[in-house]
Amino acid sequence: MLTAIDWTIMVVYFVFVLGIGLALKRYMRTSTDFFLAGRSIPAWVCGLAFISANLGAQEVIGMAASGAKYGISTSHFYWIGAIPAMIFVGVFMMPFYYGSRARSVPEYLRLRFDEKTRAFNAISFAVMTVFSSGISMYAMAKLIQTLHVFDAPIQRMGLPLSWVFHAGILVSAVVVLAYIFLGGLSSAIYNEVLQFFLIVAGFLPLVWLGLRNVGGWAGLKAKLAAGYTHSWAGMGSAHTNRLGVEWFGLAMGLGFVLSFGYWCTDFLVIQRAMAANSMSAARRTPLIAAFPKMFFPLLVILPGLIAIALPNQSSTTVASAQGSAVVVPAGQGLIPPKLDPATGGPMRDNQGNLQLDYDLAIPNMLLHYFPTGILGLGLTALLASFMSGMAGNVTAFNTVWTYDIYQSYINPKATDQHYLWMGRMATVFGIALSIAAAYMANSFNNIMDMLQLVFAFVNAPLFATFLLGMFWKRTTGHGAFTGLLAGTLTAALHHSITLPAGAGPGVKGGWLGLVHTYPSEMAQNFWTAIFAWTACFVVTILVSLVTRPHEPEKLTGLVYSLTERPQTRDLPWYQRPGILALVALAIVVLLNIIFM
Amino acid sequence: MRLDIRLPLGLLFSAVGLLLAIFGLAGNKAVYERSLGININLWWGLVMLLFGIGMFVLGRRGERRSSNTGASVAAPLGRGTSEHE
Repeated sequence: MLTAIDWTIMVVYFVFVLGIGLALKRYMRTSTDFFLAGRSIPAWVCGLAFISANLGAQEVIGMAASGAKYGISTSHFYWIGAIPAMIFVGVFMMPFYYGSRARSVPEYLRLRFDEKTRAFNAISFAVMTVFSSGISMYAMAKLIQTLHVFDAPIQRMGLPLSWVFHAGILVSAVVVLAYIFLGGLSSAIYNEVLQFFLIVAGFLPLVWLGLRNVGGWAGLKAKLAAGYTHSWAGMGSAHTNRLGVEWFGLAMGLGFVLSFGYWCTDFLVIQRAMAANSMSAARRTPLIAAFPKMFFPLLVILPGLIAIALPNQSSTTVASAQGSAVVVPAGQGLIPPKLDPATGGPMRDNQGNLQLDYDLAIPNMLLHYFPTGILGLGLTALLASFMSGMAGNVTAFNTVWTYDIYQSYINPKATDQHYLWMGRMATVFGIALSIAAAYMANSFNNIMDMLQLVFAFVNAPLFATFLLGMFWKRTTGHGAFTGLLAGTLTAALHHSITLPAGAGPGVKGGWLGLVHTYPSEMAQNFWTAIFAWTACFVVTILVSLVTRPHEPEKLTGLVYSLTERPQTRDLPWYQRPGILALVALAIVVLLNIIFM
Repeated sequence: MRLDIRLPLGLLFSAVGLLLAIFGLAGNKAVYERSLGININLWWGLVMLLFGIGMFVLGRRGERRSSNTGASVAAPLGRGTSEHE
């Protein structure tokens, strides 16, 4: 299926990826060069890296899958679930992250609160990044295997087909390792910019061809049920829209708690802004990122909608695991039915309905529309998105490990050169651990589901801690720490007594009994987050009020009321955070109205 | 950083764009049945080539400007030096 031209394009890309690492190697003189890119990156580069680090393969594949499953409502994950938080972090929070000269988010917690709050955040974050990059590695290798595009070269080398999986993991791990080992965060950021443009270059022609084929947006609307093409229709009640969430749960759970918790506190994205060359560049980073981000639904969600709107593909015969041939019925549009790995036959739910494998929306679109040549570009874009997600996790991990765990608790008095060396070592063992996590995901899927659940519990309350820490000077370290614990426990407790409709007790919840049933898993997740956030918020305030406050002079630069506002009057209007924020907000409101 | 990202970005897009465009001109035309009869390799290759050249030119100009002002270390784009910290 792939010809020489496709391979050439992939090879050219990999040469550039490694070349950037090599070119930046000579600038890596201090640990600040390696972990913070010497705080020398211009705002627009940081901004593109800011979204690219989040644009892993799971995002690209997952958003198209949700597009096919839920329709244009998926854009809520962007317009409600990302843009407002990105604006908030740029305008209100970046002055403290960048201004405090903290080198990481856990280090900010150390400066603002105390050692235990930092340790809690640093350790849970380090573990999470390793597993997330492992899980995304696993997802990508599985996808490559399903596509069968790399089968031919593996067979030519005389290896069994299971090696497609191993080769996918190994090649990507080695490439990401090489360019981060050489050039640290600068190399990751530069590559993220390449990856951003490649993803756009690979998916834009796909959307264009697809839309042309179905007769534009109007043609697409005519082919799909109304629920697919209106993002706010039926949001009054959880039972009248495809997401299975009502507007309040969506706005509070996704739009406030989860989205602000991720974009405003996750070091993976904040690190990109901390690398900026000035305070105003750091504040502009998430704002510049917001503009391309708000149009990404067109690039990643529309292919899912087009895939489901196309005429059904004929049924196919596949070889099952037992060696007998199984006839698989047609799915919907380009989306095939999900296959049972044990029998090779299609999977059905309790009612006997065919289950669809939505994750194949983007890959099948690529194979459907792209001839050889541009197909190489499309696959390169997919690989690029995969590596950018992984590199984001790895650079965040090596920084938190070196500064917040190694330097803080293991070896505090070493030279800067030693920490630079440790950063490179952390890159090596971080990637080795990710590979181990990827294989663990391959053999013990349930363990991975449980781990992701635990991470969700830890993350849900985080934003309450930061909000109180930055905007209420009375918040104390004991308050923050107890609040975080209370929030995490509340999340676990809420999950243990609720279930999404149609699920049995277990990893989906309800393991301590059943008090409430949510109409969908998404609604359950959003409400878990809302409860966790509220518990953290209340407990932090209560404990803070009965513990001794920090001395005000120690909080200068860390808390809103004790910090001088950054001056922006001398900047041209297009560089002022306030103006950029208002323009971004206006466009998002407009997009919501257009697709209402 | 003294390396302007627009240089490698411009080179990569020019190279891939050129490859696609040449393949679109010289290669077998039967493959375009998938892409609705449009020679997508040629046209998208040209778009990428133009974008690549544009980025490269901007990158070169930025590099020259920053070496003229001597502000290459702090501000690779030759601006931002007057911003308040």
